[in-house]
Amino acid sequence: MSGPVSPVKAPGRLVVAVPYLWLGLFFLAPFVMVLRIALSDAATALPPYAPHFEGLAALRDFLAGLDLENFGLIWEDPLYWQSYLYSLRIAALTTLIALAIGYPLAYAMASAPARWRAILLVLVILPFWTSFLIRVYAWIGILRPEGLLDMALAALGLSDQPLRLLNTETAVLIGMVYSYLPFMVLPLYATLEKLDRSLLEAAADLGATPLKAFLTVTLPLSLPGVLAGSALVFIPAIGEFVIPDLLGGPDTTMIGKVLWTEFFSNRDWPLASAVAVVLLVVLVLPLALLQRARLARAGEGGGAA
Amino acid sequence: MTRLGPGLILALVAGFAFLYLPILALIAYSFNASRLVTVWGGFSTHWYGTLLANEPLLSAAWLSLRLAFVSATLATALGTLAALALARQGRFRGRLLFTGMALAPLVMPEVITGLSLLLLFVAADVERGFWTVTIAHATFGLGFACIVVQARLVGFDRSLEEAARDLGATPLVTFWTVTLPLIAPAVAAAWLLAFTLSLDDLVIASFTTGPGATTLPMRLYSAVRLGVSPEINAACTILIGFVATVVIAASLLLKRRQALGA
Repeated sequence: MSGPVSPVKAPGRLVVAVPYLWLGLFFLAPFVMVLRIALSDAATALPPYAPHFEGLAALRDFLAGLDLENFGLIWEDPLYWQSYLYSLRIAALTTLIALAIGYPLAYAMASAPARWRAILLVLVILPFWTSFLIRVYAWIGILRPEGLLDMALAALGLSDQPLRLLNTETAVLIGMVYSYLPFMVLPLYATLEKLDRSLLEAAADLGATPLKAFLTVTLPLSLPGVLAGSALVFIPAIGEFVIPDLLGGPDTTMIGKVLWTEFFSNRDWPLASAVAVVLLVVLVLPLALLQRARLARAGEGGGAA
Repeated sequence: MTRLGPGLILALVAGFAFLYLPILALIAYSFNASRLVTVWGGFSTHWYGTLLANEPLLSAAWLSLRLAFVSATLATALGTLAALALARQGRFRGRLLFTGMALAPLVMPEVITGLSLLLLFVAADVERGFWTVTIAHATFGLGFACIVVQARLVGFDRSLEEAARDLGATPLVTFWTVTLPLIAPAVAAAWLLAFTLSLDDLVIASFTTGPGATTLPMRLYSAVRLGVSPEINAACTILIGFVATVVIAASLLLKRRQALGA
């Protein structure tokens, strides 16, 4: 792909510089701000934080003024680390369920006749275009007491007791899996579709049962897709705010909601920033895994092209 | 392997039922005459009429549309440049950081993106409102635009660009006359993606907005918190219809252009 490297000319340099500057200003600099404010005291004045250093004045002052108070609070108050653990649990469960639903779906899509595949692909992508908020709202109408699910169960004579699913962990999981399923299906489909079917035929010729062929050929070869899909679901799921807020209850406190509450209700900006910094640290490992999966896939694509 | 067994057909049907039934139910109940959301009181467009009288919701929708238009245009321009940088500039200094910065917003939890941008705007003492949300959405949409355009740039025949250069075209002329027409479908798709992402965003907008700039998702969110109502169903149905129309029209247009171009 990268043939002889041509010398970078002026327009070329501009092509790099403009988005670089934008991202540096509006993506990187904000993270430095978060770190800086996470290390300052809460104050009631507006903006509600007291910075410990101004400008570039003396690194020594800065280091002396570093205040780990907010991180100490996160460490000591069980509310915070329990929310982190709970978010990890919900994100992990969401990923597993999405994988359990998404793998058969992606496999069936990839096995479908070629002329169906384009339509099936559009059908998976289309819900992604509809508003996130609307998709979560739709589930409120289904799960609430005497909602559509209760009505359907009563009509079928299966249950006349309301299930009371809304504001439970089950409701949060349903909403999460529903919203993130396309992120799981798309990378899975991409790897499964590229899979060389003659390998399966070879396995069958050599006497492998379909199950054995799947476990020894298809599954290992689709692992990059599994990894990419899982990371694409797991990472944003940890910090999710809207779904646990609208579908969850008081005992489904995820860290995204804690950050939101610290910021908007308690107006404790430094603490909210410290929560964000710890959340970023939690995300480093899955982000690195995602990057590896992406590089692996890029290498594969290069080989095939 | 092009035959689908009953198991795979079941996987397809169940998977797509799960994806589509909730949205279809929501649309159906927007035409319910009864205010009781679960009781079917006959077909009615009553709730669409009450929407037209809902002044705060309408002005929020207008603001969201303008905001999505401007931020999507910015995101697409910057994302296309970023994609050109990644696909055409080979190894430049800081490429790894550049890639990371462009692609991180794709998976970064929105609460972090929103909070960090707000802290920047406060530190810079910028008045918050339309433009701060626009900048936030442009930054967030840039990564998505970049991926879409980059996929197209990697896929197409570079010898066309080289031919133009050999015939004496400057890089800028080559870009306008050869590269841009070839990647136009991807650029259009990138713009649409950035547009709907902006139209949809609640979290980042809530952090970075100021008084007087309440977006449609923010209005819907505060209404949804109060419970289900047929009026919200009607608003959601219009939004779904709008986005579906734009997406389908765009994909048809792109298909025709591709067919003509091929």
